[in-house]
Amino acid sequence: METSVLVGLLWQGLLETLYMTIVSTLVAYIIGLPIGVSLIVTSPNGIKPVSWYNKSMGFVVNVIRSVPFLILMIALMPYVRKIIGTGIGTQATVAVLIVAAAPFVARLVEQSLMEVDPGVIEAAQSMGASNMTIIRKVMLLEARPSLLNGAAVATITILGYSAMAGVVGGGGLGDLAIKYGMYRYETTIMWITVIVLVVLVQILQEIGVKAAQKLDNRL
Amino acid sequence: MSEYIISLQGVTKDFETKNGLVQALKGINLDIEPGDAYGIIGLSGAGKSTLVRCINLLETPTEGKVIFDGKTLTGLKHKDLNLERRKIAMIFQQFNLLMQRDALGNVCFPLEIAGVPKDEAKKRAMELLKIVDLEDRAHSYPSQLSGGQKQRVGIARALATDPKVLLCDEATSALDPKTTRSILALLKKINRELGITLVVITHEMDVIKQVCNKVAIIESGSIVERGEVQEIFTKPKTAAARKLFFPDGEGKETALKISHTHRIRIAFKDEHTYDPVVSNMILELKAPVNILYADMDVVDGHQRGQMVICLSDDEAVAEKQKAYLRAHDVDFAEVDVEEEEEA
Repeated sequence: METSVLVGLLWQGLLETLYMTIVSTLVAYIIGLPIGVSLIVTSPNGIKPVSWYNKSMGFVVNVIRSVPFLILMIALMPYVRKIIGTGIGTQATVAVLIVAAAPFVARLVEQSLMEVDPGVIEAAQSMGASNMTIIRKVMLLEARPSLLNGAAVATITILGYSAMAGVVGGGGLGDLAIKYGMYRYETTIMWITVIVLVVLVQILQEIGVKAAQKLDNRL
Repeated sequence: MSEYIISLQGVTKDFETKNGLVQALKGINLDIEPGDAYGIIGLSGAGKSTLVRCINLLETPTEGKVIFDGKTLTGLKHKDLNLERRKIAMIFQQFNLLMQRDALGNVCFPLEIAGVPKDEAKKRAMELLKIVDLEDRAHSYPSQLSGGQKQRVGIARALATDPKVLLCDEATSALDPKTTRSILALLKKINRELGITLVVITHEMDVIKQVCNKVAIIESGSIVERGEVQEIFTKPKTAAARKLFFPDGEGKETALKISHTHRIRIAFKDEHTYDPVVSNMILELKAPVNILYADMDVVDGHQRGQMVICLSDDEAVAEKQKAYLRAHDVDFAEVDVEEEEEA
Protein backbone atom coordinates (compact mmCIF):
# COMPACT_ATOMS: atom_id res chain seq x y z
CA MET A 1 0.00 0.00 0.00
CA GLU A 2 1.22 3.47 -0.76
CA THR A 3 2.50 5.39 2.22
CA SER A 4 0.25 8.38 1.62
CA VAL A 5 -2.84 6.15 1.52
CA LEU A 6 -1.72 4.38 4.64
CA VAL A 7 -1.15 7.64 6.48
CA GLY A 8 -4.54 8.87 5.30
CA LEU A 9 -6.26 5.76 6.60
CA LEU A 10 -4.45 5.92 9.92
CA TRP A 11 -5.19 9.60 10.34
CA GLN A 12 -8.88 9.07 9.68
CA GLY A 13 -8.95 6.10 12.04
CA LEU A 14 -7.21 8.09 14.74
CA LEU A 15 -9.64 10.99 14.40
CA GLU A 16 -12.62 8.63 14.54
CA THR A 17 -11.22 6.89 17.60
CA LEU A 18 -10.58 10.19 19.36
CA TYR A 19 -14.04 11.43 18.42
CA MET A 20 -15.74 8.30 19.76
CA THR A 21 -13.66 8.24 22.93
CA ILE A 22 -14.03 11.90 23.80
CA VAL A 23 -17.73 12.25 23.02
CA SER A 24 -18.75 9.06 24.79
CA THR A 25 -16.55 9.78 27.82
CA LEU A 26 -18.09 13.23 28.16
CA VAL A 27 -21.65 11.99 27.83
CA ALA A 28 -20.89 9.01 30.08
CA TYR A 29 -19.73 11.47 32.76
CA ILE A 30 -22.78 13.68 32.29
CA ILE A 31 -24.92 10.63 33.06
CA GLY A 32 -22.58 8.66 35.34
CA LEU A 33 -21.36 11.43 37.65
CA PRO A 34 -24.80 12.31 39.06
CA ILE A 35 -25.58 8.59 39.39
CA GLY A 36 -22.32 8.01 41.28
CA VAL A 37 -23.02 10.96 43.56
CA SER A 38 -26.58 9.78 44.14
CA LEU A 39 -25.34 6.30 45.09
CA ILE A 40 -23.06 7.77 47.78
CA VAL A 41 -25.61 10.28 49.04
CA THR A 42 -28.40 7.72 49.39
CA SER A 43 -26.23 4.95 50.87
CA PRO A 44 -27.06 3.87 54.44
CA ASN A 45 -24.22 6.04 55.82
CA GLY A 46 -24.78 8.83 53.30
CA ILE A 47 -26.01 12.34 53.96
CA LYS A 48 -29.51 11.43 52.79
CA PRO A 49 -30.09 7.68 52.99
CA VAL A 50 -32.81 6.47 50.59
CA SER A 51 -32.72 2.70 50.76
CA TRP A 52 -35.06 1.81 47.89
CA TYR A 53 -33.33 4.17 45.44
CA ASN A 54 -29.86 3.07 46.46
CA LYS A 55 -30.69 -0.59 46.07
CA SER A 56 -32.51 -0.32 42.74
CA MET A 57 -29.99 2.06 41.15
CA GLY A 58 -27.15 -0.12 42.40
CA PHE A 59 -28.86 -3.12 40.81
CA VAL A 60 -29.30 -1.43 37.43
CA VAL A 61 -25.66 -0.34 37.42
CA ASN A 62 -24.51 -3.84 38.26
CA VAL A 63 -26.65 -5.48 35.59
CA ILE A 64 -25.28 -3.30 32.79
CA ARG A 65 -21.74 -3.63 34.09
CA SER A 66 -21.90 -7.40 34.20
CA VAL A 67 -22.63 -7.71 30.46
CA PRO A 68 -19.35 -7.88 28.48
CA PHE A 69 -19.06 -4.92 26.11
CA LEU A 70 -18.94 -7.00 22.96
CA ILE A 71 -22.19 -8.77 23.85
CA LEU A 72 -23.85 -5.56 24.98
CA MET A 73 -22.91 -3.96 21.68
CA ILE A 74 -24.42 -6.75 19.59
CA ALA A 75 -27.50 -6.91 21.81
CA LEU A 76 -28.09 -3.18 21.52
CA MET A 77 -27.49 -2.98 17.74
CA PRO A 78 -31.13 -3.40 16.66
CA TYR A 79 -32.28 -0.70 19.06
CA VAL A 80 -29.48 1.67 18.07
CA ARG A 81 -30.43 1.13 14.41
CA LYS A 82 -34.04 1.93 15.17
CA ILE A 83 -33.22 5.09 17.09
CA ILE A 84 -30.39 6.70 15.13
CA GLY A 85 -30.94 4.98 11.80
CA THR A 86 -27.68 3.06 11.55
CA GLY A 87 -26.05 0.13 13.30
CA ILE A 88 -22.52 0.73 12.05
CA GLY A 89 -20.01 3.56 12.09
CA THR A 90 -18.90 5.94 14.74
CA GLN A 91 -22.37 7.30 15.64
CA ALA A 92 -23.71 3.86 16.47
CA THR A 93 -20.57 3.02 18.44
CA VAL A 94 -20.82 6.22 20.49
CA ALA A 95 -24.39 5.36 21.45
CA VAL A 96 -23.42 1.89 22.67
CA LEU A 97 -20.28 3.18 24.39
CA ILE A 98 -22.35 5.63 26.43
CA VAL A 99 -24.70 2.90 27.63
CA ALA A 100 -21.78 0.69 28.60
CA ALA A 101 -19.59 3.41 30.12
CA ALA A 102 -22.10 5.43 32.16
CA PRO A 103 -22.57 2.74 34.86
CA PHE A 104 -18.82 2.17 34.89
CA VAL A 105 -18.25 5.89 35.43
CA ALA A 106 -20.91 5.89 38.17
CA ARG A 107 -19.00 3.21 40.08
CA LEU A 108 -15.68 5.02 39.60
CA VAL A 109 -17.19 8.26 40.93
CA GLU A 110 -18.78 6.39 43.82
CA GLN A 111 -15.42 4.86 44.71
CA SER A 112 -13.68 8.25 44.63
CA LEU A 113 -16.31 9.89 46.81
CA MET A 114 -16.07 7.05 49.31
CA GLU A 115 -12.54 8.23 50.07
CA VAL A 116 -13.78 11.60 51.37
CA ASP A 117 -13.26 11.82 55.14
CA PRO A 118 -16.69 11.50 56.82
CA GLY A 119 -15.40 13.88 59.51
CA VAL A 120 -15.13 16.70 56.98
CA ILE A 121 -18.70 16.07 55.86
CA GLU A 122 -19.80 16.08 59.49
CA ALA A 123 -17.99 19.39 60.00
CA ALA A 124 -19.85 20.89 57.04
CA GLN A 125 -23.15 19.60 58.44
CA SER A 126 -22.33 21.18 61.80
CA MET A 127 -21.90 24.52 59.99
CA GLY A 128 -25.39 24.23 58.59
CA ALA A 129 -24.39 23.38 55.02
CA SER A 130 -27.19 22.10 52.78
CA ASN A 131 -26.75 18.69 51.19
CA MET A 132 -26.24 20.36 47.81
CA THR A 133 -23.43 22.48 49.22
CA ILE A 134 -21.85 19.43 50.81
CA ILE A 135 -21.93 17.59 47.48
CA ARG A 136 -20.56 20.51 45.47
CA LYS A 137 -18.10 22.10 47.85
CA VAL A 138 -17.01 19.25 50.06
CA MET A 139 -17.41 15.87 48.40
CA LEU A 140 -16.56 16.71 44.79
CA LEU A 141 -13.75 19.10 45.68
CA GLU A 142 -12.13 16.92 48.31
CA ALA A 143 -12.28 13.93 45.96
CA ARG A 144 -10.97 15.91 42.98
CA PRO A 145 -7.58 14.14 42.64
CA SER A 146 -9.20 10.73 42.86
CA LEU A 147 -11.94 11.77 40.40
CA LEU A 148 -9.32 12.86 37.88
CA ASN A 149 -7.43 9.60 38.20
CA GLY A 150 -10.75 7.84 37.72
CA ALA A 151 -11.43 9.92 34.61
CA ALA A 152 -8.14 8.76 33.09
CA VAL A 153 -9.07 5.14 33.80
CA ALA A 154 -12.55 5.70 32.31
CA THR A 155 -11.20 7.32 29.14
CA ILE A 156 -8.67 4.54 28.58
CA THR A 157 -11.32 1.87 29.12
CA ILE A 158 -13.67 3.62 26.68
CA LEU A 159 -10.82 3.89 24.17
CA GLY A 160 -10.38 0.13 24.45
CA TYR A 161 -14.12 -0.46 24.02
CA SER A 162 -14.19 1.79 20.94
CA ALA A 163 -11.47 -0.31 19.32
CA MET A 164 -13.51 -3.42 20.07
CA ALA A 165 -16.38 -1.89 18.10
CA GLY A 166 -14.25 -2.46 15.00
CA VAL A 167 -15.50 -6.05 14.99
CA VAL A 168 -18.95 -4.87 13.92
CA GLY A 169 -17.70 -2.07 11.69
CA GLY A 170 -17.73 0.60 14.33
CA GLY A 171 -15.08 2.80 12.73
CA GLY A 172 -11.84 4.07 14.15
CA LEU A 173 -8.48 2.37 14.66
CA GLY A 174 -10.04 -0.92 15.73
CA ASP A 175 -12.00 -1.09 12.52
CA LEU A 176 -8.79 -0.43 10.59
CA ALA A 177 -6.91 -3.15 12.43
CA ILE A 178 -9.60 -5.73 11.73
CA LYS A 179 -10.27 -4.81 8.10
CA TYR A 180 -6.66 -4.56 7.01
CA GLY A 181 -4.73 -6.42 9.63
CA MET A 182 -6.99 -9.43 10.01
CA TYR A 183 -9.04 -9.80 6.83
CA ARG A 184 -6.24 -8.75 4.44
CA TYR A 185 -3.23 -10.01 6.38
CA GLU A 186 -1.58 -6.58 6.35
CA THR A 187 0.34 -7.05 9.56
CA THR A 188 2.10 -3.69 9.19
CA ILE A 189 -1.19 -1.83 9.55
CA MET A 190 -2.12 -4.09 12.44
CA TRP A 191 1.04 -3.25 14.32
CA ILE A 192 0.90 0.44 13.52
CA THR A 193 -2.60 0.67 14.99
CA VAL A 194 -1.39 -1.21 18.06
CA ILE A 195 1.47 1.27 18.48
CA VAL A 196 -0.84 4.27 17.99
CA LEU A 197 -3.24 2.89 20.61
CA VAL A 198 -0.39 2.27 23.06
CA VAL A 199 0.84 5.84 22.60
CA LEU A 200 -2.71 7.19 23.07
CA VAL A 201 -3.15 5.28 26.32
CA GLN A 202 0.21 6.51 27.61
CA ILE A 203 -0.69 10.12 26.85
CA LEU A 204 -4.12 9.86 28.50
CA GLN A 205 -2.69 8.18 31.60
CA GLU A 206 0.02 10.83 31.89
CA ILE A 207 -2.50 13.67 31.56
CA GLY A 208 -4.72 12.09 34.23
CA VAL A 209 -1.91 11.52 36.72
CA LYS A 210 -0.34 14.94 36.17
CA ALA A 211 -3.66 16.77 36.47
CA ALA A 212 -4.53 14.86 39.64
CA GLN A 213 -1.16 15.71 41.19
CA LYS A 214 -1.30 19.33 40.19
CA LEU A 215 -4.75 19.79 41.65
CA ASP A 216 -4.08 17.87 44.86
CA ASN A 217 -3.25 20.23 47.70
CA ARG A 218 -2.49 17.42 50.12
CA LEU A 219 0.94 16.96 48.59
CA MET B 1 -36.34 33.53 76.30
CA SER B 2 -35.07 30.87 78.54
CA GLU B 3 -32.26 31.46 80.98
CA TYR B 4 -30.40 28.53 79.50
CA ILE B 5 -28.57 28.65 76.20
CA ILE B 6 -28.75 24.89 75.86
CA SER B 7 -31.26 22.65 77.52
CA LEU B 8 -31.49 18.91 77.01
CA GLN B 9 -34.67 17.36 78.31
CA GLY B 10 -34.90 13.62 78.66
CA VAL B 11 -32.62 12.99 75.70
CA THR B 12 -32.33 9.32 74.82
CA LYS B 13 -30.41 7.84 71.92
CA ASP B 14 -30.66 4.25 70.81
CA PHE B 15 -28.44 2.66 68.21
CA GLU B 16 -29.39 -0.39 66.20
CA THR B 17 -26.36 -2.65 66.04
CA LYS B 18 -25.71 -6.23 64.99
CA ASN B 19 -25.82 -7.23 68.64
CA GLY B 20 -29.21 -5.62 69.15
CA LEU B 21 -30.32 -2.29 70.52
CA VAL B 22 -27.70 -0.22 72.33
CA GLN B 23 -28.85 2.67 74.48
CA ALA B 24 -26.08 5.26 74.18
CA LEU B 25 -27.92 7.95 76.14
CA LYS B 26 -30.47 7.26 78.85
CA GLY B 27 -32.73 10.22 79.48
CA ILE B 28 -30.15 13.00 79.78
CA ASN B 29 -31.25 16.26 81.38
CA LEU B 30 -28.70 19.03 81.09
CA ASP B 31 -28.97 22.81 81.36
CA ILE B 32 -26.16 25.08 80.27
CA GLU B 33 -26.18 28.78 81.06
CA PRO B 34 -24.85 31.44 78.69
CA GLY B 35 -21.14 32.03 79.31
CA ASP B 36 -20.59 28.64 80.92
CA ALA B 37 -17.59 26.55 80.05
CA TYR B 38 -19.35 23.27 80.59
CA GLY B 39 -17.24 20.14 80.66
CA ILE B 40 -18.65 16.71 79.91
CA ILE B 41 -16.25 14.02 81.01
CA GLY B 42 -16.39 10.28 80.80
CA LEU B 43 -14.47 7.27 79.67
CA SER B 44 -14.62 6.23 76.03
CA GLY B 45 -17.94 4.58 75.28
CA ALA B 46 -19.69 6.54 78.02
CA GLY B 47 -21.77 8.37 75.41
CA LYS B 48 -20.20 11.82 75.58
CA SER B 49 -19.58 12.10 71.83
CA THR B 50 -23.17 11.07 71.12
CA LEU B 51 -24.33 13.60 73.69
CA VAL B 52 -22.53 16.52 72.07
CA ARG B 53 -23.81 15.46 68.63
CA CYS B 54 -27.33 15.55 69.98
CA ILE B 55 -26.89 19.24 70.83
CA ASN B 56 -26.51 20.27 67.17
CA LEU B 57 -28.53 17.29 65.99
CA LEU B 58 -25.75 15.60 64.04
CA GLU B 59 -27.37 12.72 65.88
CA THR B 60 -31.14 12.82 66.14
CA PRO B 61 -32.23 11.88 69.65
CA THR B 62 -34.55 8.90 69.81
CA GLU B 63 -36.53 10.68 72.49
CA GLY B 64 -36.41 13.98 74.29
CA LYS B 65 -36.06 17.65 73.49
CA VAL B 66 -33.08 19.81 72.61
CA ILE B 67 -33.66 23.50 73.23
CA PHE B 68 -31.11 26.04 72.00
CA ASP B 69 -31.47 29.70 72.89
CA GLY B 70 -35.18 29.28 73.54
CA LYS B 71 -35.83 27.37 70.30
CA THR B 72 -36.67 23.70 70.21
CA LEU B 73 -34.31 22.15 67.68
CA THR B 74 -35.76 18.66 67.74
CA GLY B 75 -38.49 18.50 65.12
CA LEU B 76 -37.27 21.53 63.18
CA LYS B 77 -37.22 21.28 59.39
CA HIS B 78 -33.79 20.56 57.92
CA LYS B 79 -33.58 24.04 56.43
CA ASP B 80 -34.46 25.80 59.68
CA LEU B 81 -32.12 23.52 61.61
CA ASN B 82 -29.27 24.53 59.29
CA LEU B 83 -29.91 28.18 60.13
CA GLU B 84 -29.68 27.43 63.86
CA ARG B 85 -26.57 25.32 63.38
CA ARG B 86 -24.67 28.40 62.23
CA LYS B 87 -24.93 29.66 65.81
CA ILE B 88 -23.55 26.41 67.23
CA ALA B 89 -19.99 25.94 66.06
CA MET B 90 -18.01 22.77 66.56
CA ILE B 91 -14.37 21.71 66.65
CA PHE B 92 -13.17 18.14 66.37
CA GLN B 93 -10.47 15.78 67.58
CA GLN B 94 -9.30 15.16 64.00
CA PHE B 95 -9.79 18.84 63.06
CA ASN B 96 -11.83 17.88 59.97
CA LEU B 97 -10.45 20.61 57.75
CA LEU B 98 -10.97 20.62 53.99
CA MET B 99 -7.68 19.21 52.69
CA GLN B 100 -8.01 20.87 49.29
CA ARG B 101 -8.43 24.38 50.69
CA ASP B 102 -5.82 26.53 52.38
CA ALA B 103 -6.26 27.90 55.90
CA LEU B 104 -7.98 31.03 54.61
CA GLY B 105 -10.30 28.97 52.39
CA ASN B 106 -11.23 26.77 55.33
CA VAL B 107 -12.15 29.74 57.50
CA CYS B 108 -14.13 31.25 54.60
CA PHE B 109 -16.16 28.06 54.17
CA PRO B 110 -18.80 28.61 56.89
CA LEU B 111 -19.13 32.21 55.67
CA GLU B 112 -19.77 30.96 52.13
CA ILE B 113 -22.45 28.65 53.53
CA ALA B 114 -24.00 31.62 55.29
CA GLY B 115 -23.99 33.56 52.00
CA VAL B 116 -21.44 36.22 52.98
CA PRO B 117 -19.94 37.96 49.90
CA LYS B 118 -16.46 36.68 49.01
CA ASP B 119 -14.43 39.84 49.75
CA GLU B 120 -16.12 40.36 53.06
CA ALA B 121 -15.62 36.69 53.96
CA LYS B 122 -11.91 36.92 53.18
CA LYS B 123 -11.50 40.02 55.31
CA ARG B 124 -13.29 38.41 58.22
CA ALA B 125 -11.32 35.20 57.81
CA MET B 126 -8.03 37.10 57.98
CA GLU B 127 -9.15 38.77 61.21
CA LEU B 128 -9.97 35.39 62.68
CA LEU B 129 -6.64 33.91 61.64
CA LYS B 130 -5.05 36.83 63.46
CA ILE B 131 -6.98 35.97 66.63
CA VAL B 132 -5.63 32.41 66.52
CA ASP B 133 -2.11 33.62 65.66
CA LEU B 134 -1.97 32.14 62.18
CA GLU B 135 -2.17 35.13 59.86
CA ASP B 136 1.19 34.22 58.33
CA ARG B 137 -0.06 30.73 57.43
CA ALA B 138 -3.23 31.89 55.64
CA HIS B 139 -2.16 30.30 52.37
CA SER B 140 -0.83 27.06 53.82
CA TYR B 141 -2.79 23.89 53.20
CA PRO B 142 -3.73 21.66 56.16
CA SER B 143 -1.12 19.10 55.07
CA GLN B 144 1.54 21.77 55.64
CA LEU B 145 0.36 22.62 59.17
CA SER B 146 1.10 20.97 62.50
CA GLY B 147 -1.67 19.46 64.64
CA GLY B 148 -1.88 22.52 66.86
CA GLN B 149 -2.00 24.84 63.87
CA LYS B 150 -4.73 22.74 62.28
CA GLN B 151 -6.81 23.00 65.44
CA ARG B 152 -6.25 26.76 65.44
CA VAL B 153 -7.62 26.89 61.90
CA GLY B 154 -10.53 24.77 63.16
CA ILE B 155 -11.16 27.27 65.94
CA ALA B 156 -10.96 30.25 63.58
CA ARG B 157 -13.40 28.48 61.26
CA ALA B 158 -15.73 27.80 64.18
CA LEU B 159 -15.72 31.45 65.20
CA ALA B 160 -16.42 32.72 61.68
CA THR B 161 -20.19 32.92 61.95
CA ASP B 162 -20.19 34.55 65.42
CA PRO B 163 -21.59 31.51 67.17
CA LYS B 164 -23.17 31.59 70.61
CA VAL B 165 -21.90 28.16 71.50
CA LEU B 166 -18.71 26.31 70.68
CA LEU B 167 -18.85 22.53 70.97
CA CYS B 168 -15.40 20.99 71.49
CA ASP B 169 -15.32 17.27 70.80
CA GLU B 170 -12.05 15.95 72.28
CA ALA B 171 -10.43 18.99 70.69
CA THR B 172 -7.01 18.40 72.25
CA SER B 173 -6.91 14.60 72.38
CA ALA B 174 -4.74 14.34 69.27
CA LEU B 175 -2.25 16.98 70.47
CA ASP B 176 0.89 16.86 72.56
CA PRO B 177 0.80 18.29 76.13
CA LYS B 178 2.39 21.62 75.26
CA THR B 179 0.13 22.26 72.28
CA THR B 180 -2.83 21.11 74.36
CA ARG B 181 -2.10 23.80 76.93
CA SER B 182 -1.94 26.55 74.30
CA ILE B 183 -5.17 25.40 72.64
CA LEU B 184 -6.92 25.21 76.03
CA ALA B 185 -5.68 28.71 76.87
CA LEU B 186 -7.13 29.90 73.56
CA LEU B 187 -10.48 28.26 74.32
CA LYS B 188 -10.52 29.85 77.78
CA LYS B 189 -9.81 33.23 76.18
CA ILE B 190 -12.66 32.74 73.70
CA ASN B 191 -14.97 31.87 76.58
CA ARG B 192 -13.94 34.84 78.74
CA GLU B 193 -13.37 37.56 76.15
CA LEU B 194 -15.93 36.74 73.48
CA GLY B 195 -18.46 35.35 75.95
CA ILE B 196 -19.00 32.25 73.85
CA THR B 197 -20.47 29.34 75.77
CA LEU B 198 -18.23 26.28 75.61
CA VAL B 199 -19.26 22.67 75.79
CA VAL B 200 -16.09 20.67 76.28
CA ILE B 201 -16.13 16.93 75.72
CA THR B 202 -13.10 15.13 77.06
CA HIS B 203 -11.80 12.09 78.88
CA GLU B 204 -9.02 14.09 80.53
CA MET B 205 -9.64 15.78 83.86
CA ASP B 206 -6.80 18.22 83.19
CA VAL B 207 -8.81 19.72 80.32
CA ILE B 208 -11.77 20.26 82.65
CA LYS B 209 -9.54 21.77 85.34
CA GLN B 210 -7.98 24.22 82.93
CA VAL B 211 -11.02 25.40 81.01
CA CYS B 212 -14.35 24.61 82.66
CA ASN B 213 -16.36 26.15 85.44
CA LYS B 214 -18.97 23.40 85.43
CA VAL B 215 -18.76 19.72 84.77
CA ALA B 216 -21.02 16.74 84.23
CA ILE B 217 -19.69 13.25 84.66
CA ILE B 218 -21.21 10.75 82.29
CA GLU B 219 -21.09 7.03 82.78
CA SER B 220 -22.74 4.45 80.51
CA GLY B 221 -25.20 6.92 79.05
CA SER B 222 -26.25 8.72 82.22
CA ILE B 223 -25.00 11.79 84.04
CA VAL B 224 -23.93 10.55 87.47
CA GLU B 225 -22.73 13.82 88.95
CA ARG B 226 -22.71 17.46 87.95
CA GLY B 227 -21.98 20.88 89.33
CA GLU B 228 -19.30 23.53 89.71
CA VAL B 229 -15.85 22.13 89.00
CA GLN B 230 -14.60 23.69 92.27
CA GLU B 231 -17.38 22.04 94.19
CA ILE B 232 -16.93 18.57 92.72
CA PHE B 233 -13.19 18.81 93.11
CA THR B 234 -13.65 19.64 96.79
CA LYS B 235 -16.46 17.23 97.58
CA PRO B 236 -16.91 14.56 94.97
CA LYS B 237 -20.03 12.58 95.80
CA THR B 238 -19.70 9.58 93.53
CA ALA B 239 -16.99 7.02 93.05
CA ALA B 240 -16.92 7.97 89.35
CA ALA B 241 -16.08 11.58 90.20
CA ARG B 242 -13.38 10.56 92.65
CA LYS B 243 -11.84 8.22 90.16
CA LEU B 244 -11.68 10.96 87.52
CA PHE B 245 -10.45 13.73 89.80
CA PHE B 246 -7.98 11.68 91.79
CA PRO B 247 -6.89 8.82 89.59
CA ASP B 248 -3.99 8.09 91.92
CA GLY B 249 -4.92 10.08 95.02
CA GLU B 250 -6.97 7.50 96.84
CA GLY B 251 -5.67 4.61 94.84
CA LYS B 252 -5.41 1.16 96.25
CA GLU B 253 -1.66 0.97 95.89
CA THR B 254 -1.03 3.87 98.26
CA ALA B 255 -3.74 4.44 100.77
CA LEU B 256 -5.78 1.31 100.88
CA LYS B 257 -3.00 -0.97 102.04
CA ILE B 258 -3.14 0.81 105.36
CA SER B 259 -6.49 -0.14 106.76
CA HIS B 260 -7.65 2.74 108.85
CA THR B 261 -10.99 3.93 110.01
CA HIS B 262 -10.14 7.61 110.33
CA ARG B 263 -8.91 8.29 106.87
CA ILE B 264 -10.02 11.61 105.47
CA ARG B 265 -9.45 13.59 102.34
CA ILE B 266 -8.89 17.31 102.72
CA ALA B 267 -9.34 19.77 99.88
CA PHE B 268 -7.85 23.14 100.63
CA LYS B 269 -9.50 26.31 99.41
CA ASP B 270 -7.49 29.23 98.08
CA GLU B 271 -7.04 30.89 101.45
CA HIS B 272 -5.87 27.68 103.08
CA THR B 273 -3.49 26.62 100.38
CA TYR B 274 -0.71 28.68 101.86
CA ASP B 275 -1.62 28.08 105.53
CA PRO B 276 0.06 25.22 107.35
CA VAL B 277 -3.28 24.02 108.77
CA VAL B 278 -2.28 20.40 109.20
CA SER B 279 1.05 21.26 110.78
CA ASN B 280 -0.65 23.64 113.21
CA MET B 281 -3.17 20.95 114.11
CA ILE B 282 -0.40 18.49 114.91
CA LEU B 283 1.41 21.04 117.04
CA GLU B 284 -1.67 22.21 118.87
CA LEU B 285 -3.25 18.80 119.57
CA LYS B 286 0.13 17.14 120.02
CA ALA B 287 -1.09 14.12 118.08
CA PRO B 288 0.57 13.08 114.80
CA VAL B 289 -1.26 12.23 111.60
CA ASN B 290 -0.13 10.01 108.82
CA ILE B 291 0.01 11.73 105.41
CA LEU B 292 -0.81 9.23 102.70
CA TYR B 293 -1.02 11.54 99.73
CA ALA B 294 -0.71 15.23 98.97
CA ASP B 295 -0.96 17.21 95.77
CA MET B 296 -1.35 20.76 94.52
CA ASP B 297 -3.40 21.68 91.49
CA VAL B 298 -4.91 24.60 89.63
CA VAL B 299 -8.63 24.15 89.06
CA ASP B 300 -10.55 26.67 86.96
CA GLY B 301 -7.93 29.28 87.80
CA HIS B 302 -7.89 28.54 91.54
CA GLN B 303 -5.05 27.02 93.49
CA ARG B 304 -6.25 23.80 95.06
CA GLY B 305 -4.39 21.51 97.41
CA GLN B 306 -5.57 18.11 98.43
CA MET B 307 -4.33 15.64 100.97
CA VAL B 308 -5.32 12.22 102.26
CA ILE B 309 -4.38 11.71 105.90
CA CYS B 310 -4.95 9.17 108.65
CA LEU B 311 -6.10 10.68 111.90
CA SER B 312 -5.20 9.30 115.26
CA ASP B 313 -6.20 5.73 116.15
CA ASP B 314 -7.60 7.08 119.36
CA GLU B 315 -11.30 7.77 118.77
CA ALA B 316 -11.34 10.80 121.10
CA VAL B 317 -8.23 12.38 119.59
CA ALA B 318 -9.55 11.79 116.08
CA GLU B 319 -12.75 13.61 116.97
CA LYS B 320 -10.69 16.52 118.31
CA GLN B 321 -8.70 16.63 115.10
CA LYS B 322 -11.88 16.72 113.04
CA ALA B 323 -13.25 19.47 115.25
CA TYR B 324 -10.03 21.42 114.74
CA LEU B 325 -10.33 21.16 110.98
CA ARG B 326 -13.98 22.17 111.05
CA ALA B 327 -13.13 25.13 113.25
CA HIS B 328 -10.57 26.24 110.70
CA ASP B 329 -13.10 25.98 107.89
CA VAL B 330 -11.32 23.17 106.09
CA ASP B 331 -13.44 20.92 103.89
CA PHE B 332 -12.84 17.26 104.41
CA ALA B 333 -14.60 14.01 103.79
CA GLU B 334 -14.13 10.59 105.31
CA VAL B 335 -12.73 8.21 102.76
CA ASP B 336 -14.98 5.23 102.58
CA VAL B 337 -12.64 2.27 102.37
CA GLU B 338 -15.36 -0.22 101.38
CA GLU B 339 -16.65 1.86 98.52
CA GLU B 340 -13.21 2.59 97.15
CA GLU B 341 -12.36 -1.08 97.11
CA GLU B 342 -15.46 -1.84 95.08
CA ALA B 343 -14.61 0.89 92.67
